[in-house]
Amino acid sequence: MARERAMVPKAEFGSYYGQPIIKAPIWHEPHMPLYLYLGGLSGACGLAAAVEELRAGPGGPPATVARLAAAAAAAAGAGFLVAELGRPERFLNMLRVFKPTSPMSVGSWVLAAHGGATALAAGSAVTGLLPAAGRLAALASGLTGPVMSTYTAVLVADTAVPAWHEARRELPFLFAGSALAGAGAVGIVSGLARPETAVPGRRMAALGAAVETVASTVMERRLGTLADPYRQDGMMRAGRLLTAAGGVLAALAGLPAGPRGGSRRGQGIVPAGRGPAGGWPGSAGRASAGGPVRAARAAVAAARSGYAGARTASRPGLRELAGVAAAAALTAGAVCTRFGVLRAGRASAADPAYIVGPQRERLAARRAAEAARTPGDGGRTAGDGGRTAGDGDRPAGGSG
Amino acid sequence: MSERMGFFTDTSVCIGCKACEVACKEWNDVPDDGFVFRATSYDNTGALGASTWRHVAFIENGDGWLMSSDVCKHCTDAACLDVCPTGALFRTEFDTVVVQSDVCNGCGYCVPACPYGVIDRREGDGRAWKCTMCYDRLRGGLEPACAKACPTDSIQFGPLDELRERAAARVAGLHAAGRTEARLYGEDPADGVGGDGAFFLLMAEPETYGLPPDPVVTTRDLPAMWRWAAAAALSMVGVTVLATAGRRR
Repeated sequence: MARERAMVPKAEFGSYYGQPIIKAPIWHEPHMPLYLYLGGLSGACGLAAAVEELRAGPGGPPATVARLAAAAAAAAGAGFLVAELGRPERFLNMLRVFKPTSPMSVGSWVLAAHGGATALAAGSAVTGLLPAAGRLAALASGLTGPVMSTYTAVLVADTAVPAWHEARRELPFLFAGSALAGAGAVGIVSGLARPETAVPGRRMAALGAAVETVASTVMERRLGTLADPYRQDGMMRAGRLLTAAGGVLAALAGLPAGPRGGSRRGQGIVPAGRGPAGGWPGSAGRASAGGPVRAARAAVAAARSGYAGARTASRPGLRELAGVAAAAALTAGAVCTRFGVLRAGRASAADPAYIVGPQRERLAARRAAEAARTPGDGGRTAGDGGRTAGDGDRPAGGSG
Repeated sequence: MSERMGFFTDTSVCIGCKACEVACKEWNDVPDDGFVFRATSYDNTGALGASTWRHVAFIENGDGWLMSSDVCKHCTDAACLDVCPTGALFRTEFDTVVVQSDVCNGCGYCVPACPYGVIDRREGDGRAWKCTMCYDRLRGGLEPACAKACPTDSIQFGPLDELRERAAARVAGLHAAGRTEARLYGEDPADGVGGDGAFFLLMAEPETYGLPPDPVVTTRDLPAMWRWAAAAALSMVGVTVLATAGRRR
């Protein structure tokens, strides 16, 4: 097959009529990639909510936007996950056992905990009921959130799919960066109505995009031939472009106004005019010490004077425009990346060259090492026989 | 616990009659896998799958035919079993790996996890299916249907230790007869899956038959994978703290 040879020029091996050796992932579009996106988003929003709660301190106003986004994304993601099952009515079987050897089992429990915590935190923020429990739940989502955003990388890497398994080091960072960028996009958009989320949103967006870009670059470098399925996938390329563009836009949107723009305080991505009364909910609340209403007023006032350079910028609205464009690009980029990862995985599973080539090299290296070390011994390299757990999973009792 | 039972498939005597495929379907009530004319060889089932638990491969290699009846390997370290989140896949008292169809919720995780591409989800049914090594027959003291039907004893069933001895003797015999291309596949407990419960005598490289040359159970890298994920999770915390910094008081 000409296509295979082009990908692995040196390989000389047969195949069974060019047929795949392993089964490609059967997960569907858009369910699986959207779940990856939403789960990552929910995790990063939950984390942001928790960090905001910590900064606000007890009694501070809840980080409503982050709490709501985390809960909504977790719920929607769980919906896609259930719809993806071959037997959706049996989704509760996911919680029938806890298996550390199965990233999907671990992930199901994490999703259950994270979904519950974010739902409680969001419900409390919306209704105003049980504020202490809501705060505790938001703090808990700070623990489950980062796991939620990264476990999916372990999930896909713990398969025989070569483009996934060999990328097991970088995929968690790719997903983490993508999750941060997606959550940053939510912060930027909600910042139009609630200015206090705009700055952390822009920073998360820019930093997340940077992490994602670095991770995918390192991944493609290290993978060698196995990077081809990623490089050749249109979704993956679109994701990279959109993420990079969105990250740059987010950083630009945070720049202070131009040279004519008066105060140059707050260089970098902190807008000029951000003073002690800056619009962070908790800080504003504590600074004004006059309850949520005054805190909100202070936040809005601070935002009016400082946010978006409205005080000094000659073209008000440009910064918001850049922010919204950044948010759109980052969200689209995060979604595209997840589609791209699924498609690259499928492509690498479908082509026997990606299985046989690396395995042949591995075999040859091992045999060479064996021959060099113990001639005529026939012993195997250490670690080959590494057993995995799961042996205890026997039928007796059905493990209820 | 009974002793470990397995298959030794000696492809050097396979005649490609597909009696194993038919017997398997008959006994296990496996639905048809499509009536496909593949136009590549006498192979019309193509590959192992949800509704193909024995698959006879046909290879025309210049100076003759290679035929081989492929089957689930019932790995010692089985990736499908490791990753199954519901516990539907389990290890039997015969050390075989079986799906409990009343538990499987069709998550599909086992499908890309298998390094041999054996298990698959059946469309329309929604659950994962594969060879059970005729678990029901084994419990009744019978040999699996495919081994029973095989007219040349290409498929041999028995205690795994015994089969390994028999296979070693067979390879030695073939080598003595000048067939140096004969080699065992999946018999080594030190390989990447801890050895197969169903292993083979092949007359060519494994990839010629559509088998991976060096399969590995990816679960053995799981601790390392979780460490990388933990590092990524921590970096998320760092970024979030950084993003909200400088705004107190």
